[in-house]
Order: sequence, then C-alpha cells, then structure tokens
Amino acid sequence: MAFLQDILGADAAYVVWTLLKIIAIVAPMMIAVAYLTYAERKVIGYMQVRIGPNRVGPLGLLQPLADGIKLLMKEIILPTQSSKGLFLLAPVLSIMPALAAWAVVPFTDTLVLSNANASLLYIMAISSMGVYGIILAGWASNSKYSFLGALRSAAQIVSYELAMGFALVGVLMVSGNLNLVEIVRQQGTGIAGGSILSWNWLPLLPLFVVYLISGVAETNRAPFDVAEGESEIVAGFHVEYSGMAFAIFFLAEYANMILIAAMTSLLFLGGWLSPFPASFGALGQGGFVWMAAKMSLVLFCFLWFRATFPRYRYDQIMRLGWKVFIPVTLVWIVVLGAWMMSPLSLWK
Amino acid sequence: MSFTSVVFYVLSAILIFSSFKVITAKNPVHAALYLVLAFVTSAGHWMLLESEFLAITLVLVYVGAVMVLFLFVLMMLDINIEKMREGFWRHFPLAGVIAAVMMGEMSLVLMRPEARLAEYTPRAALPADFSNIRELGLLLYTRYLYPFELASMVLLVAIVAAIALTMRKRKDTKFVNPGDQVAVRRNDRVRIVKMEAEKPAAAGDDAAAADQQQA
Repeated sequence: MAFLQDILGADAAYVVWTLLKIIAIVAPMMIAVAYLTYAERKVIGYMQVRIGPNRVGPLGLLQPLADGIKLLMKEIILPTQSSKGLFLLAPVLSIMPALAAWAVVPFTDTLVLSNANASLLYIMAISSMGVYGIILAGWASNSKYSFLGALRSAAQIVSYELAMGFALVGVLMVSGNLNLVEIVRQQGTGIAGGSILSWNWLPLLPLFVVYLISGVAETNRAPFDVAEGESEIVAGFHVEYSGMAFAIFFLAEYANMILIAAMTSLLFLGGWLSPFPASFGALGQGGFVWMAAKMSLVLFCFLWFRATFPRYRYDQIMRLGWKVFIPVTLVWIVVLGAWMMSPLSLWK
Repeated sequence: MSFTSVVFYVLSAILIFSSFKVITAKNPVHAALYLVLAFVTSAGHWMLLESEFLAITLVLVYVGAVMVLFLFVLMMLDINIEKMREGFWRHFPLAGVIAAVMMGEMSLVLMRPEARLAEYTPRAALPADFSNIRELGLLLYTRYLYPFELASMVLLVAIVAAIALTMRKRKDTKFVNPGDQVAVRRNDRVRIVKMEAEKPAAAGDDAAAADQQQA
C-alpha cells in the first residue's frame, strides 16, 4: 500500500489497492469453482462406486482446466430468433451477483474487502438479482424449453427467498446486527462460552435447516433443479447456450453454491471461530482454516444431496417452500422473540 | 466537480434515459427491464445520500421480488404491440398538455423562493460507523409506531384480499393430498410374492428340450 502511494498518489493508490484486493478474492474463487466441479464429479463418483475423472493429469486433477479450455474454444451460437442483446446480457447478469456478493463476505474478523454495516442486507439484495440472468436467458433464447425452465426457476427462487429471508430475520434477532463480522463475533459469546454449542445452528436449528435447504433451492441444485430438468425440458434455461456463454452459467451456479456455503458458515456455524475452547492451544484459535473447513462441509452436503435425492416434483417444491418452510420460520421467529424476552434467554 | 457529483450526474443520466425507455420501448419485456435499471440507479442515488438501508431495500424488494413477478407475467402475456400503439398520435395532444402542466408545476416548485428549497443546505457528512438502520428502527417503533402499524395492517388486508380474490373453488380441479401420499406404506402399493426361482420341469417339457438339443 505504501509502495503504491509513493508511485501513484493517495487516491489512485486506494483504487488500485482495492482492485488488487478484488482480484485476490475473485481469482481464488474461480479456482475454487473449477475444483468444486472436480470435487463434485469425484464425490458423486465414489458415492456411486466409480472413480470419477482420472485421466487428465495426476488423479484427474487437471480435468477442470481441460474442461475450461474446451469451453473457451467452442463457438457461441446465437439463435436466429433470439433477442440478441438480452441473450448475451443474461450470462453477465447471472455471474455478476455471484461475484459482487463477495465484497462484504468476511473470511476472518479482519480479512474482509468492505466491512459494511448492512452487509447481510447487501448480500440478500445482490443475490436476489441473480434470478434475472436465468429469466432473461430463458426469454431471450426464444425456445419453449428455455422459457419453461426460466418460469420454473423464477417462481422457485422467489418462493424460497422468502423462507431464506425469514431465517435471516432469526439470526438478526439474536445478534442485533446486520454486520456479518459482528454476527460471527456474537456467536463467540453467550452462555456456552463461545464453544460450538453457542453458535447459531443449535438455538436456531429450525432456521438453520430451512436456510440450508432453501440455499440448495436458490442455487437450482438437485433435488430442486427443475429449472434444468434434463428429463423433461432438456436443459431448461440454458438449452440454447454453448461454449463460454454456457460456462458462465455454470460458473455462476457453483460460485453461488460457494457463497451459500460461506453464508451458512458465517450465520449459523460460527464463521472463522474454532469449535474447540481457547485452552486447546493452536487448535482453539479461530482462523481462515476453520472458515474453509466449514464451507467445505456445507459444500460436501450440497454434493451429497445431489447424489442422494431424486428430483422433486414441481408442486412438491412449491408446497415445501410455501406451506412448510415459511410457517416453520414464522413460528420459530415468534418462539425466538418470546425466548429472548424470557429469563432463559441465551443472548443477554 | 467532486467525485460524488460526477457519480450523481452519471446516475441521473442513466435514470432519465431508462425512465424514458420504460415508456417508449416497443417490447414490454424490454420496458420492464429498463424499469429495473431505473430502480437500480435510484438506489444508487439513495446510496449517495448515505441512506444505504433504503437503497438496499429498494433493490431487494423492487428489483429482487416485484419486478421478477412483473417480468414473469409480462413474458407470458401475448401482447400485440402494434395494436397498443395505434392510438398514440390521437391521444398525444391531450397527454402532451397534461405533461406540460406537470412539468410547469414541478419547475415552479423547484424555482420559486416560496418553496424554500434554499433552506435545505447540504448535510454534514455522517460518521463512518453511523447506522441508519438503527435510526430508522428507533423512529419506526417509537415516534411513528401507530402510522407504521396502521400501514402494515392495510398491507395485511391487501394480502388477504388478494388471496381471497384468487381463491376460486373449481369442481374439476384435482388435488393430491400430501398427507395421504406420505402416509402410504409399501404394502399399500406393492405385493411381494414369494416363489421358487426354478420350476421343476414337467415330463413333456423334458422331451421337447431333448428334441431341441438333437436338432
């Protein structure tokens, strides 16, 4: 930073420094996305008693690179009847929220690009824009399959966003803060002394479960992937996309998965806090390692769900969202309010 | 010109352009998308006024939910654009007069000294840790509690009314009962029959098999 200030002056140095920080977040993110696809194929492979990718590089480790290069070199086909501008805008609109949300995600209590006061609200707002990419892709392709996929996706995401929002309201109630850093700090205090038992997942267990499942639905992952529904509507909203345009949707989906994993670990699993008490020496110290471990755990669950559950029927998805999750979260918010006002409150 | 005023003018230019396109765009889906752009840029304006809660809520509610449903409906409508634009020049004179009157009124408000806009001096910048969410919450639940609760009651009534209006009981609609579906046990659907894997062959079959082997 001081070096940059010397050669550029204070203002320009600040801009360049921030840009460097953004690259330092986005570049590892992209690598993580690439290797998440690899992990998915390996994990599901082993769950189905196969080996998974094992040809390109040692243990198949170069497979994501090969896939990426292949997709880059393919032609992007523009359907003649499509709405050209929107057709090309749609992948951009779908990757933008997936990346922009990381601006406020803290990795440790100091390692955060922007420690904004309303960071949780910001993430909710930004990630609610992700659905535009899907709707526009479906509409602009001018294909019936795409359009059906887009409609399904729009209805599903809007429904589950409500349940997700209510789950977040519970977190806000106990932490009294919209700042993600503060939300994690609050989980480190409390009656159970900041151990694994005082993290939000236990007192807010119903909200945690609702949040996790809604997260799976929000990212259009199996068993909620009716927007793609290969067996019914070919590939849903991105059926007309090829080459890198398709890859962008793919990237956005996986980046969103990582984002949901990060949010789940921050809001419910204590973020970078260590599950061990501080007396354990090095193990008891919080740090990025714990955050990464928790995110990996949640991501593994995503892959596990995909290998385990058959796809929901569409009306079942809507029923689960509106008639199960929203009532559960509403009831738990009321219970939580009463609990916090009672002498038994854990959050004094 | 300071950086914030550059941002302000850029945002305003985009806002005016997109608002104009909302009413002039030929395709209703494009018009709705320009409306989304207008919402996002006005959220940017609120951000410049340091009211980030309102800005983020505007994006969250209008861009993230309302406009998605709007688009959802627009995309499914079969709109004949030519027919909709037929009466444009016929209605233009009246609409133009109304627009001119409104513009005149607005510029009067902005320019007359009686409106006392000059008294609104630029506010001092707020400290970096100022949380306008807290301020807003405190005001909503203390000073403006009754109006706030009344507004939410009105909204609740609107929600109930909207649902009641769409609840049409049709006789020919078939529903599944999820409770019944979940309660189904294996024995209700499948009957497992135990039988020998091999059947002792009858005498006639034996002879036929022997014939086949010879053939």
